[in-house]
Amino acid sequence: MATQVDDARIIEFDVRTDELLVNMGPQHPSTHGVLRLVLRTDGEIVSEVEPHIGYLHRCAEKIGENLTPRQWIPYTDRMDYLAGMNMNLGWSLCVEKLIEHELPEKAKHLRVIIAEMGRIASHLVGMGAYGLDLGTFSPFLYAFRERERILDLFEEACGARLTYSYLTPGGATADLPNGWLQKCEAFLDQFEPIIQEYHALLTTNAIFIKRTADIGVMSGAMAVDFGCTGPVLRGSGVDYDLRRDGEERYTEMYDGYAFEVIVQKDGHYPKDHVYPAVPKETVLGDCWHRFYVRMLEVVQAIDIVRQAIDRYSTASGDWGVPIKLTHKLPKGEVYLETEAPRGQMGFYLVSDGSSIPWRARARSSCFCNLSVTSELCRGCLIADVPAIVGSLDIVMGEIDR
Amino acid sequence: MSGKNLVERLAQRFGGKITGSNLEAIDPWIEVSPDGIAEVCEYLRDDADLRLNLLNCITGVDYFMADPKKAAKAGWEPHLEVVYHLSSTFNKHTLVLKVMLPRWKDDVEGELPEVQSVAGVWSTANWHEREVFDLCGVRFAGHPNLRRILCPEDWVGYPLRKDYEMPLEYHGIRGR
Repeated sequence: MATQVDDARIIEFDVRTDELLVNMGPQHPSTHGVLRLVLRTDGEIVSEVEPHIGYLHRCAEKIGENLTPRQWIPYTDRMDYLAGMNMNLGWSLCVEKLIEHELPEKAKHLRVIIAEMGRIASHLVGMGAYGLDLGTFSPFLYAFRERERILDLFEEACGARLTYSYLTPGGATADLPNGWLQKCEAFLDQFEPIIQEYHALLTTNAIFIKRTADIGVMSGAMAVDFGCTGPVLRGSGVDYDLRRDGEERYTEMYDGYAFEVIVQKDGHYPKDHVYPAVPKETVLGDCWHRFYVRMLEVVQAIDIVRQAIDRYSTASGDWGVPIKLTHKLPKGEVYLETEAPRGQMGFYLVSDGSSIPWRARARSSCFCNLSVTSELCRGCLIADVPAIVGSLDIVMGEIDR
Repeated sequence: MSGKNLVERLAQRFGGKITGSNLEAIDPWIEVSPDGIAEVCEYLRDDADLRLNLLNCITGVDYFMADPKKAAKAGWEPHLEVVYHLSSTFNKHTLVLKVMLPRWKDDVEGELPEVQSVAGVWSTANWHEREVFDLCGVRFAGHPNLRRILCPEDWVGYPLRKDYEMPLEYHGIRGR
């Protein structure tokens, strides 16, 4: 006869099981690229997860030591290939910090438009792919439908749909084409109401809540300890966003913009929009909250883009002609982090006075976010592993560089 | 707190383990000795004024010039630097620490230089130190699991060293 167990989570109390090593990936649909996880399981319960990375290592940092900063821009695209614009921005700001270049007003607003549109596109993929991880296909198609339109806009601005190399030290490679702003506004007007559909499909979906609520709970202190940043950090209730708290060179881009950091304060998320209520099953820091923060950031990004469009169309100055970086860089070293969609993306540039950096380093946000997996998955069910890894929204290109 | 005050305060507390500083740089930095880094980091994390609770990044930088003519002009002796970028989610400030190491321990080629691990202070350091070990060849004493992380485990050499040469072949694959 089965032993009576009070704790409903212990599901296999009386079944004798052996410890088993299960290999997941590197070609697994829910590992978002080429991530290999080795799970040590006992029945359905995972006791240890060890991520193996490096399958997509392309020596980006070594290449950076052999190219001028301008030439390295295309390589930054290929790190986080879902948010290429934000990666360009990070490296460009870092180089500008070294050469102490001040941007014209208009160029800053252009960058805000582009960076926030990149954030929307990236979070859309994050949302859709998370649906896939949990076994629902339709949100993915919805997400890609809208993302497609952002990519069309980006294509019109710079000619590329994925690897843009658009924002460069000094500003951007070209001004926004005529009529682009109207198209962008039309897109935002059409896109904003659709977000309610996503909330209906996923955020408030009973099955979705069951799969994500109270799973992979991470406290704020633990998130900081592991260097988690971006939505992962804010999903744990830590009020930290580089757009507000970062270095002046970066925050001055957002000077005067009205936006609140998306984080739960005193049990509430910012009330600047109508959002679906937080279900009572959820716990701050679980998979659901990480997902929710991302969804709210999309709404907020729409707001910021609207403000940026107004400022851009009235701003004086030019849109920022790229600097010819064939001459020598000043001696010195700079580090700068920006708030990319997946977390804080840092670039570190050491210059010995020649035109090629002595060392180019990319601090990857997903690299730190992923390192927490083994801690989060301890003691969860095998089926929850994709839910936890998916909620971190990783891109392997950025982790392996 | 100004940079000068901080350096003085750290020097008072840790004495010879604070080996230098550069407050004129764009990102001012403080130099710490390899055997004092864990202690200093723990203090920086827990101190009520500083609370540097977020370790952003650990980077290894190799200073080595193969060409003797250029090396004479470089203005530095060959060495390795490990750079720590810290910040605080409470006070929103940042700090840069540096540890200077010889390129090889006791100048014996192949013997990796050693520095204390800070994995016990911030868990972020666990993977970051593995990466620095993997790519720059620095041994972190006291690290719980110092293995290669980006390169395969049987990879030979430390790719981000300036004198690194790609292997001729790796498991039958041509290297160069």
